[in-house]
Amino acid sequence: MRTAIFFTAALAALASLLPAPALGQANLEINTPAIAALQRSMQQRHSQLASLYNSGAVGFTRDGNVALRDAKAVPLAQRQQVNALIASENQDRAALYREIARANGHPEWENDIRATFAQRWISRAQRGWYYQNASGAWVRK
Amino acid sequence: MAKLACRAVLLAGALTLVGCVTINIYFPAAAAEKAADRIIDEVWQLKNGAAPKAEEPGTAPGDKK
Repeated sequence: MRTAIFFTAALAALASLLPAPALGQANLEINTPAIAALQRSMQQRHSQLASLYNSGAVGFTRDGNVALRDAKAVPLAQRQQVNALIASENQDRAALYREIARANGHPEWENDIRATFAQRWISRAQRGWYYQNASGAWVRK
Repeated sequence: MAKLACRAVLLAGALTLVGCVTINIYFPAAAAEKAADRIIDEVWQLKNGAAPKAEEPGTAPGDKK
């Protein structure tokens, strides 16, 4: 009786350990119409955002968004337009992170995907662009 | 004896539970990084590996600003 129970316990422990490492091999699914549409929308916006990254007006936040870093780098007349641009970019980014998580059957991965993107946007950013470091301070690349 | 059996069953249950949680929260970080890079390539048009900066000034004909 005692052996049987311990055997069961050992089996359960083994079974719980096995599947985890086997799962993470595959690529993430990113070829869905929703993701493609978001990608296109962000790509079109990028030409406008790139000059704002260059001037330091807009930078990359540590949570995978973009934010107005230096309002003075934007002429007053354009400030509203830039704020709208930032808002739509962040909307697309949020939708992108959510869609990738959903397309892979794990909506709960959204924040992990956001964190991954936050790192990648920053490490792929061009020299001279600004990003937020871990403590939230703006740093020039 | 009964106490020990009970403890063993509890242990088995706890381990199984931990196992389930481990599977559910497991996040494929490397695959996510690759996916992120592919999307960033696309959004920033960095696909052809060549220096993206060199391309920027006046590539597309008719791209007036």
